[in-house]
Amino acid sequence: MGEIKVARKKGWKELPEGDYLEPGSAAVFETGDWRSERPVWIPENCIQCLFCWVYCPDSSVKVKDSLMTGFDYKHCKGCGICVTECPGKKGNKAIKMEAEKK
Amino acid sequence: MSDKKNLKAKTGNEAMAEAMRQINPDVVAAYPITPATEIVQIFSQFVADGLVATEFVAVESEHSALSACIGASAAGARAMTGTSSQGLALMYEMMYIAAGLRLPIVMAEVNRALSAPINIHGDQSDTMCARDSGFLQIYCENSQEAYDSMIQAVRICEHPEVLLPATVSTDGFIISHCLEAIEMLKDEQVKEFVGTYKPKHWLLDVDHPFTLGAIDLQDYYFEHKRQEIEAMRKATKVVKEIGQEFGRKFGRSYDMLETYKLEDAEAAIVVLGSTAGTVKVVIDEMRKQGKKVGLLKLRVFRPFPFEDIREALKNIKIVGVMDRHDGYNAYVPPVCSEVRSCLYELDKRPKIASYVYGLGGRDITLEMITGIYNELLSGKISAEVKYSGVRE
Repeated sequence: MGEIKVARKKGWKELPEGDYLEPGSAAVFETGDWRSERPVWIPENCIQCLFCWVYCPDSSVKVKDSLMTGFDYKHCKGCGICVTECPGKKGNKAIKMEAEKK
Repeated sequence: MSDKKNLKAKTGNEAMAEAMRQINPDVVAAYPITPATEIVQIFSQFVADGLVATEFVAVESEHSALSACIGASAAGARAMTGTSSQGLALMYEMMYIAAGLRLPIVMAEVNRALSAPINIHGDQSDTMCARDSGFLQIYCENSQEAYDSMIQAVRICEHPEVLLPATVSTDGFIISHCLEAIEMLKDEQVKEFVGTYKPKHWLLDVDHPFTLGAIDLQDYYFEHKRQEIEAMRKATKVVKEIGQEFGRKFGRSYDMLETYKLEDAEAAIVVLGSTAGTVKVVIDEMRKQGKKVGLLKLRVFRPFPFEDIREALKNIKIVGVMDRHDGYNAYVPPVCSEVRSCLYELDKRPKIASYVYGLGGRDITLEMITGIYNELLSGKISAEVKYSGVRE
């Protein structure tokens, strides 16, 4: 039997008063860990149109100085929308899906 | 500091409306119901006349009235409402939510019997049903107390260690519609006393977003309820502090309870609301005849001042507790039940008799109270609840 770790829950004296919760944000959780396929960026085929960034439903396309720089795999679910939308260069897509290795 | 110059003739409802005008809350949402209608009717005239800056929301039911106050209070507003009887009953669901979300809403409440049979007159069955809702409960003997308690309630509820809503109650018609001379404070005095509401968290504070009222299951609900219980416990201290501060500033001090000629009394009555005034008249008459009788008037029923009650009644031989609400074959009705429980801790306990009186506004006369005292003094009491003033 593996050890099960249970987070210690706060008691009534430590919790904020009332049914008050800090703002929730997926930024602090890894939400991409159940992905079965991952998108892989192929820079030489990328025209920096940023369609992937526009269409990504999980804001998982990393952009720096207005340029696509790769994927945020902590949050990407592997839906493949970016691959569908990617126009690529001369018919060659700049993103491909690969199976996740366990 | 007492300045008797500002005496005004006011009914209980007018007194509460005037207190609300001087408090000048951000939001008032209410729905009319006899005998509390006048409070918000008069207040809405103040709004129309531009005497207050309040946003008045004329809602479609009492459930909506308290819901609107909950939304307003959560958003960061000082919110108030008023109701009675069936209206309060329709608010019950939202009362628990206001308290559970720790929103300091002050409600002007007029005690009225619950239907059926339909009845518009005063008894305390409406608020007694809400006694475990998490609202503080303040019961007033007269219009002066109603006026003063409304002003104090704002400070008590908004105190950082409390953050709970409250009802300030008067007996229907007996206080709500009877004209009395009350001493009013100046507008600036009330404004200064209540101050500005500065909530720690408020939903319109877009720079500090948070979630209020999320689902709270087996793993956290109990802790949040425990916090609420603690807040109610701490409210005892705050009620006293604010009551004393009010006394220092304006000459009328308030506590959780008031005693009248109780120190050397052989028999005492415990009662809340307007009947306390009638009991005082009876005490004065009986004392002239050498009968040692006294009164313990409970002003605040939630939080329940069990330590003060124990201290006040520990040397009394026999106590009659008067309830204006019945527990329908509970061993004794609620006020008696709680007084009795807290006295159980004493090694030498007073004998206790339970009286239910005044249901549906049935008059409680001087003779009836004299009869209760004589019965107590005779020592011939039984555990059975007695119904004072009902026809056999």
